[in-house]
Amino acid sequence: MKAGSNLEKVINSGQFAVTGELGPPKSADISALREHGETMRNYVDAFNITDNQTAIVRTSSIGVAGALLQMGLEPVVQMTVRDRNRIALQGDLLGAVAMGVKNVLCLSGDHQMFGNEAAAKGVYDIDSMQLLKAFKDIRDEGKFIGGDDLEAPLSVYLGAVANPFADPFEYRVDRLEKKIAAGASFIQTQCIFDLDRFKRWMELVRERGLHKKVAILGGVTPIKSLGAARYMKNFVSGITIPDELIDRLKGAEKKKEEGLKIAIETIQQLKEIEGVAGVHVMAIAWEEVVPDIVERAGLYPRPKLS
Amino acid sequence: MITAERKPLDEIFEMLKPYRRIAVLGCGTCVTVCMAGGQKEAEELAAAISIQRKKEKQEVSVEAFTIERQCEFEMIDQVAERLKGFDAVLSLACGVGVQTLVEHMPELIVLPGLNTKSMGYPLEQGVWVERCLGCGDCVLHLTQGICPITRCAKSLLNGPCGGSADGKCEIGKDVDCAWHLIHDRLEKLGRLKVMEEIQPPKDWSSSHHGGPRTIVREDVRLESGK
Repeated sequence: MKAGSNLEKVINSGQFAVTGELGPPKSADISALREHGETMRNYVDAFNITDNQTAIVRTSSIGVAGALLQMGLEPVVQMTVRDRNRIALQGDLLGAVAMGVKNVLCLSGDHQMFGNEAAAKGVYDIDSMQLLKAFKDIRDEGKFIGGDDLEAPLSVYLGAVANPFADPFEYRVDRLEKKIAAGASFIQTQCIFDLDRFKRWMELVRERGLHKKVAILGGVTPIKSLGAARYMKNFVSGITIPDELIDRLKGAEKKKEEGLKIAIETIQQLKEIEGVAGVHVMAIAWEEVVPDIVERAGLYPRPKLS
Repeated sequence: MITAERKPLDEIFEMLKPYRRIAVLGCGTCVTVCMAGGQKEAEELAAAISIQRKKEKQEVSVEAFTIERQCEFEMIDQVAERLKGFDAVLSLACGVGVQTLVEHMPELIVLPGLNTKSMGYPLEQGVWVERCLGCGDCVLHLTQGICPITRCAKSLLNGPCGGSADGKCEIGKDVDCAWHLIHDRLEKLGRLKVMEEIQPPKDWSSSHHGGPRTIVREDVRLESGK
């Protein structure tokens, strides 16, 4: 056990894990986010809090994590290397853990040009691999990047992301292996719409036995409308949506119900794939459907582990 | 070479407003090759300034001339006397040339006519690409001659991020993913193993983040310079 978080316990128990996602608002009023957290309570094992997602200024991930902890919900704090150098990232890890955070997800972050501060200086002092390794070394070796010793040990459950839909395809498995070596205990993937490609990736993952070294949670996003699907296909970095899926939505009378059905079917298929340890449900701007998805996918009730 | 682009004319006209006798000083090396600040561009700009002033019914006297390199005191000396006769010198050198002029002749008003872009090379006629950020700690041996610091929009050292698609960077379909290029080259050379090793955080103190950099070579310094 690395940190004894609920997410870690569920994963270690061998049960199919479910994580949700909450996107902080462009204001300090997080009442709507709290409501979404309440809606998903008991339906997910932990909540990812995005870190200035798509490079848009929002309430900080760690700040929101604090609010969630007060509500008795478990956060997964996302940390990107786009906006902070190694001094700030390491300091923020300490701050987050001091506040009670047990899960941290390390990632690169979308380039600053995508956001509402396109003139910002991108930091990228270290990359996501180095961030993961740095946090692992802080936990396991008690040392900061610069070699200085921590004054007291800390525990944290570390995760990373994988995008089986990015290129070069074969390299995506090498990269997963590298992230495991760097310290990832769990992996959340980019939204899966192209199941065939995901299955091909998982085959390569299993060939190397990587699914036994890390818990892979498949990313699932319910599509709310045809417009949302087209937007993601064309404008969201790192996402691929097959034309058949667009056609299926186009042909459907009730688009929202069809979007939910697709998400639920995806989860059911993911449950059947050897080596998939859970799902990460990203229903950004559609949080209220998460309980329905979890229930209909046969993942409710969630395990209660002490 | 250093690449640069002429500033927008309106910006140049605005900064020249207070001055009547203007020298447009071209630079005969990098910016001549990248067609931004050579004798030809200096003459064109001088003509544009004259026309604009005539339109505004403002008096001006503009001369365009060029030295081989504005980043060397000896070459500046060749035109030092002539430059003293102007209210302002519009330098068409890179930022280094502008500053060398000011350091060598502090009595001059020197204004930048170009925006200095990068260290790169001409890919084809009319296209100049960036290839070096001058980080002070070259990694091209690891990546077999393709620089991830310069060519990856996130300066990643451990492979392509999740935004790499079809060989292109997430910032634009006209930008190659540097790590995709590196991956393919290493694969061809049978050296993909390099990408499996976790590259440690870079020491940025050798780059500009450590403050302005000075190279001192005692072995080649002249006695008088000590």
